[in-house]
Formats: sequence, structure tokens, C-alpha cells
Amino acid sequence: MAAILEVKGLKAFYGQTQSLYDVGFEIENGGITTLLGANGAGKTTTLRAICNMVRTDGTIRFESREIRGLATEEVVRLRIGHVPEGRGTFTTLTVDENLRIAAYTRKDKAAIAADLERVFTYFPRLKERVQQQAGTLSGGEQQMLAIARALMLKPRLMLLDEPSFGLAPLIVVEIFRILRRINEEDKVSILLVEQNAALALDLADHAYVLETGRVVMSGPSSVVKNDENIRKSYLGY
Amino acid sequence: MEQFLQQIASGLANGAIYACVALALVMIYVSTDHINFAQGEMAMFSTYLSWQLMTWGLSFWVAFVLAVALSFVLGVVIERAILRPLHTAPVLSIIVVFIGLLAIFNALAGAIWSYLIKEYPSPFPKGSFGIAGVIGPHQLGVVVVTLIVLTLLFVFFRYTPLGLAMRAAAQNPQMARLVGVRVDWMLALGWGLAASVGAVAGIMVAHIVYLDPNMMGGILLYAFASALVGGISNPAGAVAGGFIVGILENMVAFAGNQIEKATGVYIIGNGEKLTVALIIVIFVLTVKPAGLFGRVVVKRV
Amino acid sequence: MSDAKKWVLGLIAVALVLPLLKPVLPDVVSDYRLFLISTMIIASIAVLGLNLLTGFNGQFSLGHGAFYAVGAYTAAVLMDQLNVPYWATVPIAAIVCFIVGYLFGLPALKLEGHYLALATFALALAVPQILKYKWLEGLTGGVQGIVLPKPEVPFGLPLSEDQWLYYFCLFTMIVLFWAAANMLNSRSGRAMMAIRDQNMAAETTGIDIALYKTVTFGISAAYTGIAGALSASAIAFVAPDSFNIFLSIKFLIGLVVGGIGSLAGSVIGGIFYVLVDNSAQALSQFIKNDLGLQFDLSAYAVFGVLLIAIIYLMPMGIAGGIYLMWHKLRGAR
Repeated sequence: MAAILEVKGLKAFYGQTQSLYDVGFEIENGGITTLLGANGAGKTTTLRAICNMVRTDGTIRFESREIRGLATEEVVRLRIGHVPEGRGTFTTLTVDENLRIAAYTRKDKAAIAADLERVFTYFPRLKERVQQQAGTLSGGEQQMLAIARALMLKPRLMLLDEPSFGLAPLIVVEIFRILRRINEEDKVSILLVEQNAALALDLADHAYVLETGRVVMSGPSSVVKNDENIRKSYLGY
Repeated sequence: MEQFLQQIASGLANGAIYACVALALVMIYVSTDHINFAQGEMAMFSTYLSWQLMTWGLSFWVAFVLAVALSFVLGVVIERAILRPLHTAPVLSIIVVFIGLLAIFNALAGAIWSYLIKEYPSPFPKGSFGIAGVIGPHQLGVVVVTLIVLTLLFVFFRYTPLGLAMRAAAQNPQMARLVGVRVDWMLALGWGLAASVGAVAGIMVAHIVYLDPNMMGGILLYAFASALVGGISNPAGAVAGGFIVGILENMVAFAGNQIEKATGVYIIGNGEKLTVALIIVIFVLTVKPAGLFGRVVVKRV
Repeated sequence: MSDAKKWVLGLIAVALVLPLLKPVLPDVVSDYRLFLISTMIIASIAVLGLNLLTGFNGQFSLGHGAFYAVGAYTAAVLMDQLNVPYWATVPIAAIVCFIVGYLFGLPALKLEGHYLALATFALALAVPQILKYKWLEGLTGGVQGIVLPKPEVPFGLPLSEDQWLYYFCLFTMIVLFWAAANMLNSRSGRAMMAIRDQNMAAETTGIDIALYKTVTFGISAAYTGIAGALSASAIAFVAPDSFNIFLSIKFLIGLVVGGIGSLAGSVIGGIFYVLVDNSAQALSQFIKNDLGLQFDLSAYAVFGVLLIAIIYLMPMGIAGGIYLMWHKLRGAR
């Protein structure tokens, strides 16, 4: 299967400071890949680089098309859904409005309605709170809303930045289960950045480990999971 | 009693104008964090455009709609061409550019149409409707037109996808981009709408204050007061603020007149309206910057 | 002696000699021209006042016309009602304006960036009306204003009124600029600029920010107020409507075109806006009379375009541009 996302020699800068030096990886079409590493390794920056939220250099190809340098909103319109750190829900808009805004770039009304129903089957809690202001939702619900919203974009690729952050373990398990469903049922490829390596390695097929802006190792998650050296050196457990 | 009701009615009519200009100011502030010091002069320029269209033979309402549409385009052009390139410039630079726009619009209007004061027609014929002795046709018309415009805007922002996109872009531009909203264009549209609302205000008030390049100065000051009273980050607050300030302005003048009649002592009257507005502005800024309905913004380090 | 000092002394020497050339070059150095230069000197002082507050201390003011008006009216009322001699009105106006500026600086402490701009803008819009307030009419002469006598030439010196006025303004300017230069070079000046550059960091150095900001406001108002007082004597007339928002806009032009945060820039800015103001009138006449176009061009069209153009092309103003060029020409040393 061809890779849906190819990244080669990626560099990224915050102003004058360089944050990524040489990042390269691939995501299989329909696969789940995870980026692991310590704090400050450059995982979030990598996701931001894909959406051109930071200054970049190098190659980023999505569905065989070079996208590095495209404006963020144009990258998103190519059907890449980014669920950022901190959820990024529009706190003063309602749950319903948060979902509708994601469908803003789509024209197919019937499909949008169907997708909305679909999203509610994944996250029934959201349906209960549909007219509530997003800012009043709990952390877990906001994370669900953020993922649901990304789904409404009808993405081919979803970028998730630390979805487990600050959430109770039970909720995290539920969310990860839903991510697997999304991947299998909707055929959405996923790039997952996670601090919680164990969880991520359970979900993903493939893993890349980042350290200070470079990929230091990669491999199928089954291998990485069982390699004690790797786990101790890079993943802290 | 009748006089008192007249003052309230007049206050409502003035308030409607202030509400519109205040709303324009708040719309731009909410989406760009800037105060459009040139809002008044832009509205004045739009009013002259409508006057010119009428001079060329168009009827009032056709000229009205056309002038409002042209103002929309003008607003979009100004945002894209002049302000967008400066969006990372220091605040002082941007303030200077606004003042530059103010000067240009004022001078252009004076240059093209001269500084002679002109009469401006009212589309609401005398004696057609209104409550005799309390509120005249033009004043009532101003309030009605304003309410219609405000309702249309409300419906637009609340119920249309584009309105939703604009609200999202104003609230969280980064996140809006991540759902595919072209934030830059949303800002331009915001400017266009603000310019249109300003045009409506200018055209409605011209009959009362007469058409002249300096007609909007005082009104702008009142619009600032209104926006601040309502809460400069809150569009609905701006509208409420406009009506509150409009009625307050008239009540103060009315009270002053009554005191003068009763005691022969002149404390305050129509000649001090700008001073009253200034006092409101300073008072709100120093005592309660968030206004009645706004949120206080914490300074980011 | 540094280059800059040599230049300044040279210019002062030229300025001192200039009026004395009148008998030699009566058409070039005419009374009218000297009067014009006097207005440029006054403008420079006014712009310096604004520069002290906005350029050097970072507090935005769109309303310095208000302080100019206070200075002008203080001088006018003193001369008209109390027969105070013109030269004494200047220091008194300075004190009055300092107090007014300081008082305005107190609430201004709470206002940042565009909020302060808004407050001062509101002030500028309201000034003409305040001046026409009924209860002040006895003092201010209401809408008609006050007519004043032009300063008499003292000690029987063989100078025309305009020559004397020139020297009076020039002397004031030299004193004021010298004082400003010294202040800016001192510890206080560095504190002022530290506040402009990074408010929060400045706080950590232990300087009393509130004190510096309010006093700077006072000094800035005093400077512009002195300019106003001088203008009352120079023009021999004050009236409320000449102190409108456009006056404040002119100061802003002088500030931006001349160079924010530059003493020389204040002079350039003052000269500049007076020049454009006068030329615009001539240009407007030309368009109306010679070209026959019904086009009432005012200086503000030019001002407005220039404000925007300078921000785009030369944000450091003319003074900044000259500074850069001078350093480029001298090469890397």
C-alpha cells in the first residue's frame, strides 16, 4: 500500500530557534502510526509542521502531493484533521456549532447529516449535550468533541496530539477504543502523538521515536513494545 | 410629560445611530483587536456616496442599498490592501495608519464635495407616521431601520454557516484554520460588514445633523462611549450601550434645561454633549473597562 | 566634540544669524518668512512634547492638541485678563500644563496601547466644546476667542516684531531641547525608555514605573503647552475651533514623519507639517483658480497618505532615514 503521508528531512523553526533537525517517517494508507519521545523531543512540533503552523523546510507529501508551505487552512481542506494539544474547542460556541463549523468546507448536505449521526453513535455523550456551550464540558467530553469535530471534516488522515492528556484512565480507554473503530470503519489513517507510550503502542501498527528533533528509531509497534532496551532508553518504562 | 417622552424618543433615535457605529467598532475589535479610529469618517464618506448617487438620479432607497454595498467593498479592500500587510506591526504603527485613513477620508470628502454643509433628504415623509408630539417620522424610521439591520446581522451570525465561520475565526483564529476556515478572508468580510453598518448609520443620521465632512466626529465619540459602556468585546453589549448612551445623553441635556428654566442657572445643555461623552469614556476606561457586559482581558506577558 | 554636537552648534549659529540678514536679503529673509520659521520652531517644540511621551516613553497620545490648547489659553487669559507680560506666560503655562498632564497621567496608568489612544482621542474630540463652555466664556471669550497683542520688542532693540518673536521662540527652543537632551541621557531618560521597551521587565529593575509615567506625562504636556503659549503670542489670537482633532493629527504627523524617539526628528517633524500645511493651501488655490477644478484639497489628504506611506516605507521617519544613511556613508568603522 502506498504511504498516505511521507515526511523526509523535515526541519522546523519557532522564529529563530530550530526545533526539528531531520525528521522522516511514513504512514501507511489506513494505518495507525505513533510518534513517541520525551517532552521537548519535537512531537507536537512535527504535527504543527505538517499543518504549516510553524516555519518549515524539507518534504511533506500527502497522497503523493507536496503540501509543505501550503496555508494551514488549505492543508486541512485536503482532508487532514488535526486535533491539537489542549483540544482547541471553540469554548463559547455550542457543541452543535463546533461540529457544524467543521463541516463548513463540505457541500454535501445529506452526507454531513449522516456523518453527524455517525459521530453521535461514537460519542453518545455529545448528543446529550448538543446545545451546551463547549466550554462547560468536562475534559473528557471536550476531547471527544475535538475528535468528533475532526471527523466531521471527513478526513483521510487524522493527527492527534496527546489525546490522553489530563483525562481519567477509563475515559482514555474509551477514546482509544473509538479511535480504533474510526480507523477500521471509516478507513481513516491516524498519526498519534502520545506521552503515554504503552497506550499508543497498543493502538498503533508502527512507531517512531523522536529525540531532540530527530527520529532515533522506528519499527513495528510489536517490536518496539517488546524491546526492553528501547523502552528503557527512550520511553521511560 | 410630553417633552420628557420626546426626549426619550429622541434619545432612542440617537441611540440607534450610536448602536450601529458602536457595533461596527466592536465587530472590528473582536476580530482584529484593533480600534478603528477611522470608522466615523468612513461612514461619512459612504453617506456622501449615497448623496452623490441620489444627485445622479437614483431614488433614496436604491442609493442607500448601493452605497451600503459599495461601503462593504471598500471595507474589504482596506482590510486586504492596507491592514493585512501590517498585521505583525507594532500597535503604534497600526494606530497611525488608522489616523491616516481618517485624514484621507475626511480630506477626500471635503475635496470632492466641498466643505459646504448640505441638506440631506429623509425617506420618511413628514406627517406620514409616528406619534404626534412624541416621535417624528424620521426618528421612528431611524429606529426601525436600525432594528431591521441589527436583526439581519444577528440572524446572519447566529444561523448561517458563514456567520458561524466568522465567529469562530474571531474567537480562535488558529483553531478556525484547523477546521479549514480561511481566516484572512473572514477578517476582510468583518471589515466589509463593519463598513456597511457604519454606512447605514451615516445615511440615517445625515438628515438630522446635515451632511458635512465633519459630521461624524461627535457621533464617533458617542459610539466609543457606547461600545465601552456595553463592553468593547461584546456586540450585543455595544448595541445596548448605544441606546443607553443615547437616552442618557438626552436626559442629561433635558435635566440641564429644566434646571436652567427653574433656577436660571445654566449648568449643562446641548453644548456639552461631547464633554459628557468624554467623561463617560474616561470613567468606563478607568473604573470598569469591561463595561456592563464585556469580559476583562488579562494582559499576556 | 562629537559630530552630532558639531552639527547642532553649527545650526544654532546659522539660526542666530539668520534674521540679521534681513537688511541684506530683504526678499529672502522677510518678516513673513521669519514668522513662518517661528511657527516651525513652535511646531517642533509641540512635536517634541509628544515625542517625549509616545516616542521615548511609549504612552500613546492622540490628544496632545488638548495640552497645546491649555497652554495657549493660559497664556491668552493671563495676557488678556491680568496683563501678564508675554514672556511670563510661558513658564506659567508650563506649570499649568505640567499639572494637567500629570493629572491625566494618573488614570492613564491603567490604560495600555489602544485604550490610551482611545482616551486621548476622545479628549481631543471634546476640546473645542470644552473651551466653549458657557461658564468659561468670561475667561475664554467663547466662540469668538481672544485677540492678543503681539510681543513688543524690548530694550529698544533695532528689530522688527517678527525678528524679535523669532529670537524669543528660538531661545525657548534651545533651552527646551537642551533640557530634554540632558534628561534623556540621564538615568531618568534610560528608565523612561526602559518602560517603553519592555514594561514588565522594567518593573523588575525596581524603578517606580507609576512615578515615571505620570511625571513624563506632565513634562510632555508642559512642553506642548509651552508651544501653545508661544503660539498665542505669535498668532496674537486664540479661538476654540482651531484646537480640534486635526491639530492633534498634525502633531502625530510631525512625530511619525520626523522620527519617533528622536530629538532631531521632532525638529524635522515640526518643520515638515508647517511646510505641508502652508503649501497645501497654495496647492489648493492653484487647483481651484488655475485649473478651475472644484476640488477643495486640504493638507490632510497629503498628511493621511504620508502617515500610511511612512509606516510602510520608513517607519523610523526621516530622522531615522538620515541616521541610517549617515552611517552607511561613513562605512564600517
